[in-house]
Amino acid sequence: MKQTLAQKLVARAAGRSPVTPGEIVTCKVDLAMMHDSGGPRRVKPMLERLGAKVWDPSKVVVITDHYLPAADDESRRIIHIARHWAASAGVQNFYDGQGICHVVLPERGHLRPGMFVVGGDSHSPTGGAFAAYMFGVGATEMLGVLVTGEIWLKVPHTIVMDFDGALQPGVSAKDVMLFLIGRFGMDGGQYQAVEYRGAAIRGMPMQERMTLCNMTAELGGQAGLIPSDSVTTEYLKLKNPETWESDADAPVLAHHRFDAAKLAPQVAAPHSPANSKAVDEFGDVQPTLAYIGACTGAKLEDLRMASRILKGRKAKMRLLVAPASVRDQKAAEEEGTLKILLDAGAELLPNSCGICAGYGEHVLPENMVAISSTARNFKGRMGAPSSRVYLASPYTVAASAVAGRICDPREMLH
Amino acid sequence: MRAWVFGDDIDTDVLAPGRYMKLGVEEIARHCLEAVSPSFSRETKPGDMLVAGRNFGCGSSREQASAALKHLGIEALVAESFAGLFYRNSLNLGLPALVCKDARRIGHGDKLKIDYDKSEIIDLTRAETLSFEPIPAHLLEMVRDGGLLPHLEKRLKCRTTS
Repeated sequence: MKQTLAQKLVARAAGRSPVTPGEIVTCKVDLAMMHDSGGPRRVKPMLERLGAKVWDPSKVVVITDHYLPAADDESRRIIHIARHWAASAGVQNFYDGQGICHVVLPERGHLRPGMFVVGGDSHSPTGGAFAAYMFGVGATEMLGVLVTGEIWLKVPHTIVMDFDGALQPGVSAKDVMLFLIGRFGMDGGQYQAVEYRGAAIRGMPMQERMTLCNMTAELGGQAGLIPSDSVTTEYLKLKNPETWESDADAPVLAHHRFDAAKLAPQVAAPHSPANSKAVDEFGDVQPTLAYIGACTGAKLEDLRMASRILKGRKAKMRLLVAPASVRDQKAAEEEGTLKILLDAGAELLPNSCGICAGYGEHVLPENMVAISSTARNFKGRMGAPSSRVYLASPYTVAASAVAGRICDPREMLH
Repeated sequence: MRAWVFGDDIDTDVLAPGRYMKLGVEEIARHCLEAVSPSFSRETKPGDMLVAGRNFGCGSSREQASAALKHLGIEALVAESFAGLFYRNSLNLGLPALVCKDARRIGHGDKLKIDYDKSEIIDLTRAETLSFEPIPAHLLEMVRDGGLLPHLEKRLKCRTTS
């Protein structure tokens, strides 16, 4: 029986082969990741109530990223619980203030092709970029995993998004996702596995692939998956790489084909990522803030995109940059990318979820119009309910910051 | 009980706004849905039900979205479809999430009754019976136990006594 990548990953974790889409299986979890918001502060009291211990602390990773910097008593308390719990539960994989969990997890080598992973955050599908089955769960479900090491799953169907050809310069993974969410809606993924294929996907560096899988959350998929290849192997520095991919002709729920070269930069209007259209329809919009941040929009690759636009130019509006991890920031500093951003007038913010998740002192005030490289522009998410957020790629955010209005970055790459 | 009717794509940021997330569920519940229905948390009564269109609960993994509704005494959620993560979270907290393709037929303020054995929603105001997709058996037991935590508690207790 021909199996998709998703079926193969689930079958391995369930100790079964083959598995059929729609059947309910119990999977053994290879790794469970939590952050400070949905993690220790929520699971600790429940574990205590049950008098239970973590099934295998070596398979747990805790990363602080939401309530940092801890500016008030409540935030400090939440971070303190994370630190204290990680130590007392014997969790050695604890990253404190190192950046956003979805970026730190693979950066520190915790993901490998073939794994079955749960994350206590909705953007957990990011891990699928490494051909691992990774999806988000809530705190109570995480408790179940921590106690039993297992989780139930309805074996997913696979929806294939196939991008042939090559993206134009100035068009990126974020544009691909905004386009797909606009085309298929926020429930287009039907809580199934979405597999990204084609020459344009194979040509993407690892962090761009992460952006695709990350925003599978906004597309409504349970997991976003990319077959493993030499790019995966190189990023993870694997010595004996296994290839994880769908069998040729494995049955899928849908196979959508696109010509990557035809894709224009996309912008999503308030208040939904599904409100996306080509950038040229937004030329009248004049934001007063440009934000490059979040797991989906401020990794090293994202910072590089912004720098290609900002080199030798100045931002006409406030430009905030919150690099997604400490390591990515350091790398950007060493290669000169960060200097280009700062020279253009960017203000540097801490390596945490920040405005994207509605935290911290920079959340948007009443009536502010912003353009942002983040994932969600839901009403009130990034600040006041009257604020309006346009989502776009780092290229488009940077170009708009320079132009003083929403602007096609391709005009500035010539 | 009384139905509160909402549209498509009601997201978790509207259910549990990020700026209140560091606080307890009582405070989050006070702001639940305020961006789309300012009086909801004030006027909702224990036993009320929430009815919505497609993709209810899309967005974040934050369980407080379901917990806030439960805290306000919402007895069940009825929608054309739910975001998968929110669906799992709701059942894990013992809050029934019922997939009903005819959810749009229910009007705001309608009196509803649910028959779990027959998988039916009875709209007493309109004298109509709508069917919902049965909750899978392995999850129904957990919902009846009050959610995953009491369910695990029961299982662990059984293990110790047996």
